[in-house]
Amino acid sequence: MTEQRGTAGAAMSGAQSLIASLESAGVTDIFGIPGGAILPAYDPLMDSTRIRHILVRHEQGAGHAAQGYAAATGKVGVCMATSGPGATNLVTPLADAHMDSVPLVAVTGQVGASMIGTDAFQEADIRGITMPITKHSFLVTDPADIARTVAEAFHIASTGRPGPVLVDVAKSALQAMTTFEWPTELHLPGYRPVTRPHSKQIREAVRLILASRKPVLYVGGGVIRAQASAGLLKLAEATGMPVVTTLMARGAFPDSHVQHLGMPGMHGTVAAVAALQKSDLIISLGARFDDRVTGNLDSFAPHAKVIHADIDPAEIGKNRPVDVPIVGDCAEVIADLLALLQSEEAAGNTGDYEGWVAFLAGVKKTYPVGYDAPGDGSLAPQYVIERLGHIAGPDSIYTSGVGQHQMWAAHFVNYERPNTWINSGGLGTMGYAVPAAMGAKVGMPDTVVWAIDGDGCFQMTNQELATCAINDIPIKVAIINNESLGMVRQWQTLFYNSRYSNTDLQSKRIPDFVKLAEAYGCVGLSCESPEQVDATIEKAMAIDDQPVVVDFRVHRDAMVWPMVAAGTSNDEIKYARDLAPQFDEDDL
Amino acid sequence: MSKHTLSVLVENKPGVLARIAGLFSRRGFNIESLAVGPTEHPEVSRMTIVVNVDVSPLEQVTKQLNKLIEVIKIVELDGPASISRELMLVKVKADPQTRGAVLDAVQLFRAKVVDVSPDAITIQATGNADKLGDFLRVLEPFGIRELVQSGMVAIGRGSRSISERTLRPVPVAVPAP
Repeated sequence: MTEQRGTAGAAMSGAQSLIASLESAGVTDIFGIPGGAILPAYDPLMDSTRIRHILVRHEQGAGHAAQGYAAATGKVGVCMATSGPGATNLVTPLADAHMDSVPLVAVTGQVGASMIGTDAFQEADIRGITMPITKHSFLVTDPADIARTVAEAFHIASTGRPGPVLVDVAKSALQAMTTFEWPTELHLPGYRPVTRPHSKQIREAVRLILASRKPVLYVGGGVIRAQASAGLLKLAEATGMPVVTTLMARGAFPDSHVQHLGMPGMHGTVAAVAALQKSDLIISLGARFDDRVTGNLDSFAPHAKVIHADIDPAEIGKNRPVDVPIVGDCAEVIADLLALLQSEEAAGNTGDYEGWVAFLAGVKKTYPVGYDAPGDGSLAPQYVIERLGHIAGPDSIYTSGVGQHQMWAAHFVNYERPNTWINSGGLGTMGYAVPAAMGAKVGMPDTVVWAIDGDGCFQMTNQELATCAINDIPIKVAIINNESLGMVRQWQTLFYNSRYSNTDLQSKRIPDFVKLAEAYGCVGLSCESPEQVDATIEKAMAIDDQPVVVDFRVHRDAMVWPMVAAGTSNDEIKYARDLAPQFDEDDL
Repeated sequence: MSKHTLSVLVENKPGVLARIAGLFSRRGFNIESLAVGPTEHPEVSRMTIVVNVDVSPLEQVTKQLNKLIEVIKIVELDGPASISRELMLVKVKADPQTRGAVLDAVQLFRAKVVDVSPDAITIQATGNADKLGDFLRVLEPFGIRELVQSGMVAIGRGSRSISERTLRPVPVAVPAP
């Protein structure tokens, strides 16, 4: 394949054209599984010297691995599957990537063009199925369209608001002969993302920022996707405005920074929730006013004006009315805001946020994120995660599943750099952690990658441990084993009179996670007392030639605090059960 | 809620209609009428979509439509500054006693008879929704046997075209391999 790469008009099969196209798009790693309809593509793939194909054990694993790869590297993640069930197994990762704006290209085989629509063996209309959960989806039946379609797919996935793109290729198009020509330009008349913010809106935003007394920078995942963290730090420091980072933006701003109040939302810190709730100006950068952040919308930040900057015009004003809409790439928006604020400062105009900053510093000090150690000497899940973050440090990458362990991982690990916290925020996909860690490790082989997982999540996708062990992808997995579907159990405790319907997984009994790890060619460790935690983590850190799985057997009654109950106002935040924070409004 | 007419220029590719219809349904909007056809550019189709929504959800649905890769441009056509038409074919009972009266109505509404049989005639009528509604009320007493109506199509008044500036090609460079 390689010798023909880039050769204009070279004669080859559609399958060869597909592989040449992926090479031309710069792909170096693909996660996938072959099957009947995609089989022709796997033959030339075997000869590619540029592309490493990693054979996973389930297509969902391929999709999440491609997501983890993309989130860790900023490059487009690529996964491949066959038609029918292979393709439908990609539905969850595609929906996940769509919600969290992850650049992804999924290539699927489709039954031969003449069989489409006949209910052929392993036929599924995957383009149709994925229409609502992809940024775009293609069906290719003419081999001459393969190169252009692949080029368009990578362009669409990686520009504007990033997202997943599906390329479904009929087997007949893979088998037929064509000529390969990598396009030099694309014509997408309906796709022209705006990245330059409008200067009038920037001026209006700066006017509000200077006039405000209680501003807050509400930072979302868009800042990470736009690689705008450095600019954000400058903007924050130049103005002194407090910063909150959403679940998708953890790492966009250093946790150690004095202006950082942590994560807002349902399980946000009291200071971050208060900063939004009592603000007079929210400057939203690449965030989308998700219901998990706002709680009840009608009572969310009632006195705040809103500057909403996003590369996706449809996000602006979708949930919360906006005073200053700014369509643009976050990096450019931040640079323009900073430039204008600096020239205003040179002219003697600065904002006065002193009282506000002092108030929030007081809240942050009074209500730090904490937890109570269990009285019986058993292991607190928060302690495990806190120690893990401390020992593995801010240079490691952390992925997580969904639930209690995810919230604790968001709070108790200190993130200092972007792309080091990788989780499923929008869709909330249990089982995300292990395959995402695998993908992140492939993309960043020299970085330590920890999957912080729950015992429920882990059992949804742990088959990828085999992929990791066989392909020399030494990830580390911390199972926070509370033998429950912990977050659901927490809701049952709080809202269903502690009636634990179907949340008891009994995972301290079945399976034996240590034996399971060993069966998969990984090192299995176990830990159930606070005294063993550091030594166990250090032991895991010392192993770099094999995946490691640690079964942290924690007590099951720990709950995630703070918490705003679903659908209620952020004013109703509880710092712990039945404990509401007291704000001294006179301080404001 | 109020009625809005959207003119949507789309790439003439398979699946575009499904994408647009799917977007309306999953975002919870009801399409009152939809008409699709070719335009002066063979690679571009034009949809006329009538929706019954408030202004703020309309803005959201327009933005969501604009996100579809194959949607090139969306223009809201407001009543006085545009012309809208629907086409209707209607089969009406007409025996020798009533035929004269039916034909009078056809004349009055400037409609056209396109097929005749001993006990019915088929009429073609065009106009805006109000006119066709009035016409149907007049025909109803004779007995309507079958009715088919197109979706509404609409175009702005004056010499300006919504497509001319939009369709200029703006190629995007592909990074060299």
